[in-house]
Amino acid sequence: MIAILRQPRWSPYVVGAGIGILSWATFYFMGKALGTSTTMVHCAAGLEGLVAPAHVEANPYFAKALVSSTGKARPLIEWQFMLVVFLAIGALIAAKLGRSTIRESVPSLWAWRFGPSKIKRYLFAFLGGIVLIFGARLADGCTSGHAISGGLQLAVSSWSFTIAMFASGIATAFILYGKEGRHHV
Amino acid sequence: MFDPLFADPKTLLMGAITGLIFGFLLQKGGVTRFNVILGQFLLKDHTVAKTMGTAIVVGAVGIYAMVATGMISAMHIKPAMMVANIAGGLIFGVGMVVLGYCPGTGVAAIGEGSRHAIPGVAGMIVGAAIYAEAYPWIAANILPMADLGKATFATATGLSPWWFIAGLVIAASLGFFALEKFERGRRRA
Repeated sequence: MIAILRQPRWSPYVVGAGIGILSWATFYFMGKALGTSTTMVHCAAGLEGLVAPAHVEANPYFAKALVSSTGKARPLIEWQFMLVVFLAIGALIAAKLGRSTIRESVPSLWAWRFGPSKIKRYLFAFLGGIVLIFGARLADGCTSGHAISGGLQLAVSSWSFTIAMFASGIATAFILYGKEGRHHV
Repeated sequence: MFDPLFADPKTLLMGAITGLIFGFLLQKGGVTRFNVILGQFLLKDHTVAKTMGTAIVVGAVGIYAMVATGMISAMHIKPAMMVANIAGGLIFGVGMVVLGYCPGTGVAAIGEGSRHAIPGVAGMIVGAAIYAEAYPWIAANILPMADLGKATFATATGLSPWWFIAGLVIAASLGFFALEKFERGRRRA
């Protein structure tokens, strides 16, 4: 058992099946579907609330995230918030067990195309994060909430999102890195 | 405001356990790596598609079996607001390629040691704040466009969901088989 946990990499089919079975458990025991990007809204509401509480309270999107459809207040730190925090801890444990921790500041593919500057990489990671969540909130979900959780429920919304995401991602990747980039991943 | 700040302890514990397992699996699968995710979008390394495809197929069989046997009653379908779903997906794809992670894998990547995932997640929080500011206009103008409600392929067509699940199982099996064969051939070449 421990030998399996110490392997640095598992088959993607095993990992995928594990995520599928994890979804059964969250549906059955918790009445929830895996998701992550709503938590970014909770984080934004919490942080903005520290400096401008009135502004957060007046915003209808934050109100939607923090008040349920029945009008009951939703806690800022809830099920999915804990899921997201423990995502990092689960990955840390997996990496320690498999001795596959990385100290990556600038990925090799990025460095090949855009140079070794950390500042430049961090700036674009930050901008990428902004664009990513704007898209996720417009679509009402991300790779976990839409592609996996919605995909397995056969939701029309989720399959539309997933197809659009892959199409745009492939186009963007080839525009940024070209066919040459394939030799650097 | 923010009252209550915390959900009940059981809910929090359940979320923590779920996150722990999810993060563990993502790291073991290698999808917490920038190069693996970019490798997928450059159509070189299909780890992401294999992982997501298997999760969807395995998940669908179990969830619809539990619905059929009455073990679960509530589904968690997001409404099909087609313009928002598709435009959001297109924007998301650009962000995911520039950052090199999606929200879940980005947070997990921080645990694995990725430094550049940290400004990435900070950007996500800023992105959520920007969306909240834009929301009133988007809710009035974009979200209502082509709104089909909480549709699944089964409810939209009136067919049994099992037709679609059978299709997914067959498509995934054939797709994965072909992919493995292709990759073996490329390794040998």
